[in-house]
Amino acid sequence: MSDSVLRVDGLCAGYGASQVLENLSFEMGQEAVCIVGRNGMGKTTLCKTLMGFLQPSAGAITFGGSRIDGLSPDRIARRGLAYIPQGRRLFPSLTVDEHLEMLAKGTRGKRWTPAAVYELFPRLAERRQNGGAELSGGEQQMLAVGRALLLNGKLILMDEPSEGLAPTIVDTLIEVVHRLVEEGTAVLVVEQNLRAATSMATRQLVMVSGQIEIETTSHELSDDADLQRQYLGVDA
Amino acid sequence: MSGEASTDVADIKFGMLHLTPRSLRALRVIPTIMVGLIVAFAVLWILFLADRSWTVKTSAGAAIEEPGEFLVTLLDGLTFAGLLFVVASGFTLIFGLMRTVNMAHGAMFLLAAYVGIQLQQTMVGKSRNIESAEVSMFAWVVPLLVGATVVAVLGVVMQQLFLRWNQGQDLRQAIITIAVSVVLADQMLLQFGGLAKKMVWPGSVVHFFEILGQRYAFSRIFMLGIAIVVGIALWLWLNKTRMGMVIRAGVDDEEMVRALGINVAVVFGITFFVGSFLAGMGGAMGASFAGAAPGTDGQWLLNSLIVVIIGGLGSIKGAVAGSVLFGMVTAFSPAYLPSAYTFYSIIFTLGTLAIVLAVRPNGLFGRAE
Repeated sequence: MSDSVLRVDGLCAGYGASQVLENLSFEMGQEAVCIVGRNGMGKTTLCKTLMGFLQPSAGAITFGGSRIDGLSPDRIARRGLAYIPQGRRLFPSLTVDEHLEMLAKGTRGKRWTPAAVYELFPRLAERRQNGGAELSGGEQQMLAVGRALLLNGKLILMDEPSEGLAPTIVDTLIEVVHRLVEEGTAVLVVEQNLRAATSMATRQLVMVSGQIEIETTSHELSDDADLQRQYLGVDA
Repeated sequence: MSGEASTDVADIKFGMLHLTPRSLRALRVIPTIMVGLIVAFAVLWILFLADRSWTVKTSAGAAIEEPGEFLVTLLDGLTFAGLLFVVASGFTLIFGLMRTVNMAHGAMFLLAAYVGIQLQQTMVGKSRNIESAEVSMFAWVVPLLVGATVVAVLGVVMQQLFLRWNQGQDLRQAIITIAVSVVLADQMLLQFGGLAKKMVWPGSVVHFFEILGQRYAFSRIFMLGIAIVVGIALWLWLNKTRMGMVIRAGVDDEEMVRALGINVAVVFGITFFVGSFLAGMGGAMGASFAGAAPGTDGQWLLNSLIVVIIGGLGSIKGAVAGSVLFGMVTAFSPAYLPSAYTFYSIIFTLGTLAIVLAVRPNGLFGRAE
């Protein structure tokens, strides 16, 4: 593993009295990593805690060499942690172009500008003037990815990116993840879809009851039906 | 009836009542038909039936008989709508982004009016009986801008000191802003007294012109003109600038905007500035149009509330629609009610509100929460 991009140590977080994350730790470098697990294991809670929407009750999150736990979400994002939330969460009042334009400030001369996003997703360029709500599921996901790219961050955090997408769109998404990693961006994907998860990253962290239970590889995970049944509830 | 009307078809349950989306939609036709009948009758009455020899006497005649009186009523409604829009757009802007019901909006209106009046008196060099002829355009615009800026700064201070800690706590914010408005009302009574004061229109807009045999005050058209300019400026700001896009995105999903690295606190401050500035502009315009006195604050808070509830909370388009509807009802109901009953016209404003909500529970352009 190269230099650490994100390091999570003994993270505990939850909602009020109910603790969801319990002493969760992992580390990743400039690579793609998948966190897999069944529903209700705390995957989305982990994303929210990493982004600063939830304050951890214990533990440390170190990103790019400095602590980010306790910072506000906008600060964390500006440090270079870009977030693609579950369900896309596009802005219904904004057109495709406006989604990108509102974040275009300060992107000039950097890798990702609105023009570069349109180049990556030509479909979006055709839908420039359409509202966020008028797009197909695949186009919405492309826009959510494009919007996150404009942060020109070090790490892209994706929460269930393949949810509700046609297989061909999932393939596009997998390709994008590979491309981003090649270009030097780290990608942390939280996934339930086994095929998507194993195609996106080699390192697979299995989450059970708010902890990383085991670490495995995409090969092991896709070949081992027992593992899948035990941790993902998948009957292969 | 309010039960099924306040839902957004599809996914809401009704306990014992079993209503499928289809039957819900069918039920919703009932208020629509009733409203259609009421509106149709009002239109027929105003266009053809009012004040004819064979009907009841009203203060303005039916449109086909007295087109001039009809037009004047229409202009009255439209120009008043302009003033309503300036004030209510500020209110709806703040609510739309921050979900803050700014109950001090009326107090901002009145404070800007008083500041404007005071400054105009200083500029003209007289404290009473100012004639329009003595007031230059400069001596009207500067007090308006200064008054609006003062309350805009006050609005930001209020937001930064009291409201930002209570973001998302609607009730607390409402109570805090009520408290601020009570304190302001008391202090204004102390500073500016209890008598009605008036800001004076500049001489260049105080004249009458003739239209279909009726005389009409140009100052009212001037007021409408300012409102249109404000509306266009707001539209450009919200639709053509990055800040505007961020504000619209924040109205949709504030948390997501923060996750994109945008410091929403700054955006909130700017929005509060603009929203309060608009209340202040409205205050100076309203003080020229109808004067300012203790109580004007509460009245304009109510006006803003009615406009944005009709139009849909948080929607600028809704503020336009709500202002026009409210303005028209305010102008037409006294003019076309039977003469003996004109004092009931105020009921029509609230009646309009009830009717709109019966048909569109979230207001004309409102979104379901």
